[in-house]
Amino acid sequence: MAVMAMAAALRGPGGRFRWRTQATAGGVRGSARGAAAGRQDYNLLVIGGGSGGLACAKEAAQLGMKVAVVDYVEPSPRGTRWGLGGTCVNVGCIPKKLIHQAALLGGMIRDAPHYGWDVAQPVLHDWRKMAEAVQNYVKSLNWGHRVQLQDRKVKYFNIKASFVNEHTICGVTKGGKEIEGALEYGITSDDIFWLKESPGKTLVVGASYVALECAGFLTGLGLDTTVMMRSIPLRGFDQQMSSLVTAYMASQGTRFLKHCTPSRVQKLPDGQLQVTWEDLTSGKENMGTFSTVLWAIGRIPETRSLNLENAGINTNPNSQKILVDAQEATSVPHIYAIGDVAEGRPELTPTAIMAGKLLARRLYGQSLDVMDYSNVPTTVFTPLEYGCVGLSEEEAMARHGEEHVEVYHAYYKPLEFTVAERDASQCYIKMVCLRKPPQLVLGLHFLGPNAGEVTQGFALGIKCGASYEQVMRTVGIHPTCAEEVAKLRISKRSGLDPTVTGC
Amino acid sequence: MLSEITNQRTVPNIFVNKVHMGGCDRTFQAHQSGLLQKLLQEDSTYDYDLIVIGGGSGGLACAQEAAILGKKVMVLDFVVPSPQGTSWGLGGTCVNVGCVPKKLMHQAALLGQALNDSRKFGWEYGQQVKHNWETMTEAIQNHISSLNWGHRLSLREKSVDYVNSYGEFVEHHRIKATNRKGQETSYTAAKFVIATGERPRYLGIQGDKEYCITSDDLFSLPYCPGKTLVVGASYVALECAGVLTGLGLDVTVMVRSVLLRGFDQEMAERVGSYMEQHGVKFLRKFIPVMVQQLEKGSPGKLKVVAKSTEGPETIEGVYNTVLLAIGRDSCTRKMGLDKIGVKINKKTGKIPVNDVEQTNVPYVYAVGDILEGKLELTPVAIQAGKLLARRLFGGCLEKCDYVNVPTTVFTPLEYGCCGLSEEKAIEMYKKENLEVYHTFFWPLEWTVAGRDNNTCYAKIICNKFDNYRVIGFHVLGPNAGEVTQGFAAAMKCGLTKQLLDDTIGIHPTCGEVFTTLEITKSSGLDITQKGC
Repeated sequence: MAVMAMAAALRGPGGRFRWRTQATAGGVRGSARGAAAGRQDYNLLVIGGGSGGLACAKEAAQLGMKVAVVDYVEPSPRGTRWGLGGTCVNVGCIPKKLIHQAALLGGMIRDAPHYGWDVAQPVLHDWRKMAEAVQNYVKSLNWGHRVQLQDRKVKYFNIKASFVNEHTICGVTKGGKEIEGALEYGITSDDIFWLKESPGKTLVVGASYVALECAGFLTGLGLDTTVMMRSIPLRGFDQQMSSLVTAYMASQGTRFLKHCTPSRVQKLPDGQLQVTWEDLTSGKENMGTFSTVLWAIGRIPETRSLNLENAGINTNPNSQKILVDAQEATSVPHIYAIGDVAEGRPELTPTAIMAGKLLARRLYGQSLDVMDYSNVPTTVFTPLEYGCVGLSEEEAMARHGEEHVEVYHAYYKPLEFTVAERDASQCYIKMVCLRKPPQLVLGLHFLGPNAGEVTQGFALGIKCGASYEQVMRTVGIHPTCAEEVAKLRISKRSGLDPTVTGC
Repeated sequence: MLSEITNQRTVPNIFVNKVHMGGCDRTFQAHQSGLLQKLLQEDSTYDYDLIVIGGGSGGLACAQEAAILGKKVMVLDFVVPSPQGTSWGLGGTCVNVGCVPKKLMHQAALLGQALNDSRKFGWEYGQQVKHNWETMTEAIQNHISSLNWGHRLSLREKSVDYVNSYGEFVEHHRIKATNRKGQETSYTAAKFVIATGERPRYLGIQGDKEYCITSDDLFSLPYCPGKTLVVGASYVALECAGVLTGLGLDVTVMVRSVLLRGFDQEMAERVGSYMEQHGVKFLRKFIPVMVQQLEKGSPGKLKVVAKSTEGPETIEGVYNTVLLAIGRDSCTRKMGLDKIGVKINKKTGKIPVNDVEQTNVPYVYAVGDILEGKLELTPVAIQAGKLLARRLFGGCLEKCDYVNVPTTVFTPLEYGCCGLSEEKAIEMYKKENLEVYHTFFWPLEWTVAGRDNNTCYAKIICNKFDNYRVIGFHVLGPNAGEVTQGFAAAMKCGLTKQLLDDTIGIHPTCGEVFTTLEITKSSGLDITQKGC
């Protein structure tokens, strides 16, 4: 993972973390003050300047600790690199949502004539202009993070960290692709947001949310986009919702190659990429040419170059993620890990931030609060956005048994879709509840425009232990999409038609 | 004969409402068990179990629910044309001249903003983008027609009789229905629900009904209104002014006193100042005294003379259109309520009801905008109408809860709220017992689009002595309605500041700002936004 945040701390008098600079890291030596040459001591050293790491570092500094952040971005195989702030800011949420917005605006330009706006044809999209605007914004955030660290007197080292022993550090890469040509010719989400030129006809390999989000906005910007997936889309998410997400994408022009796996990428003399893949259903080989191949087949934690074994930190041999307890402590008591790098944690920015803050407060404040990882809401910014919180239908059935679960659902039509003559076949909501009164809400799944905005408040409701009855007693806000959640009357069990009609 | 029917040879032989009761002993038994009372109430000699007067959101919801519960139901709906001659189909204000066309026009204005933004996001097309009013209104009216039709169909499916006539009470349990041609029919019912709603108020000055339009006319106006004066500061006034400005028109709002009376005034002022920054002109503390036609046409030219509320100053202006949005009056004065003794508030025309929506005449109920002291919102009327039918005919006891009802004003920058305004909270709980958390926020989509930083605003009001329970929720920003809904559900479940802090945000959204509120108003700290 690029967002890699580990906090190493020593408690008690004289507890100090030593930092040994290497000869190569001249910049650091130059800034070393008041310590033995090349050695500085800190209460807390945070490795990784992403959302979680920065939050933790800033909180600890505010509590009066001497803190340093070590952040280094190993360039992607294509040579893309970026500034302080980690995945979210540089190659994740922020550029993703901005390009998603660019794609949504394309949809709005198509809607506009229905609402009386005369838009002269042709409508074209200039990737370069968009990329520049997005990158400028990201750079302003990088700068903002550096200023914030400075304001709070957190030392920032832009060098690579590695453990010498459990108290000393002297100073992290993307999914392994063992397919011929993949590394040389492919790009990843690390690169797509920093491309200067339009990627053109693109093959997206993978079915993760990253893959679907990228394919979604590329299609929305008018590019010929194909998604190749080996098995199911959005593993871990509710599967009914996932299939609606991909159905909408297909209706918007994204092509899908299901049950296919790539075997070879070759560069043709004209610079195009020829991809060979195997159709797992028929066993046949197929071929196609693309301008860009984007790999989004998963992310691996940035732990290998850390020499964790020097410090005695245990990792999961399969995922390479760091094993942590409820306190976020690793197998070495004074070394902690938060964010995407920690085993079994949701890979989400706000989770990492909260975990980082709470950790700093436990270490240096009087707080005992540990992070609650249940009912974390999230949203997938595919062309039709998917917001969810709590359990998927499958998970609820597995935990509570089918006979104890009641699912309320509805297909609805956003008001704005009517005049624009948009297809709303995939606008769908479902609420997964316990069957026994008062029918505690276990999960909410919302597919439609502004899903993130809709889901946030309901996430609080679920946190407050909302029951189905309570949600139904909430008066709707008319006319919104969110009000449909408060009007879910049809249970799956009843077999009635869940299509909302009329006002 | 009697003994054949009843299999009873003795007298007295008692029937109640066509139901054979039996002799004296059986009747006493029935009286004790309450059955007699029940039979006396159920009077099947009427034409209908229920007549609903008014086919808007509340009336239709009530009628359909009663029909689902097996009752014989009629809906009377009749739209008296506006002074400008506008009228419409079944569905009431929301569908025809309220929420639905309003939100669609708001969407048209937002799309205009999106077109501006889109160039910053790399989209390229001809510089000249014009708006065509007729295309928009036609599309909107087509959608409304489909909704009118949908409502009629839905009544038919549920076997509710729909009569397109004007209803007036003539005596107890009896109503006279007059259709468009002036033909009168009379119907009786055991119970009545009044759901006639409200219509825009006029100023009562020279030229207002002749030359001014209201929201009843705007959404189906066959021509672009041009340079417009909006009179009033209600949410209707501000929403209409926002839409027209967003479509590129020159718009002035004339305000007598405060904006959005009844809403949180800090939020109202922020709504107003955003509008002002985006081209809406405000004339504060003026009221029109005369409207005069200078030129006929579509639109024509009108001269408006207005007078200051603070002094002798008068001003004049020339506009193509004058839109009045100074409030709404209940349609309760011309329906014979006095004939059966239903009390109304003489001043406002509103109908006072108890907590089960019952008027002072026990068999007459009322729902929707005409209720005194209740909220004028579609979903509230629907909820009230449904629950009323269930209580009357379904043996259900649940009452409509008018507390913590969320709502959203669809001004250019949308304003969503739930619970108390800051003023009301201070009045109820005293300032020292409250903690107000607030912040500006900058929607991610606005950054690249280069739109104003430090404009969108979030505020919650907590009661310190009730575990920091959230008693007021206010948000000013894009998609405020979508954001507010879920928080309203959470407030129903007893939302506290601690729970907000413990909940994880969804990144990057506007709604997540409520999970990271740290600055209290009392601290006086700076809330401008820097960085991520």
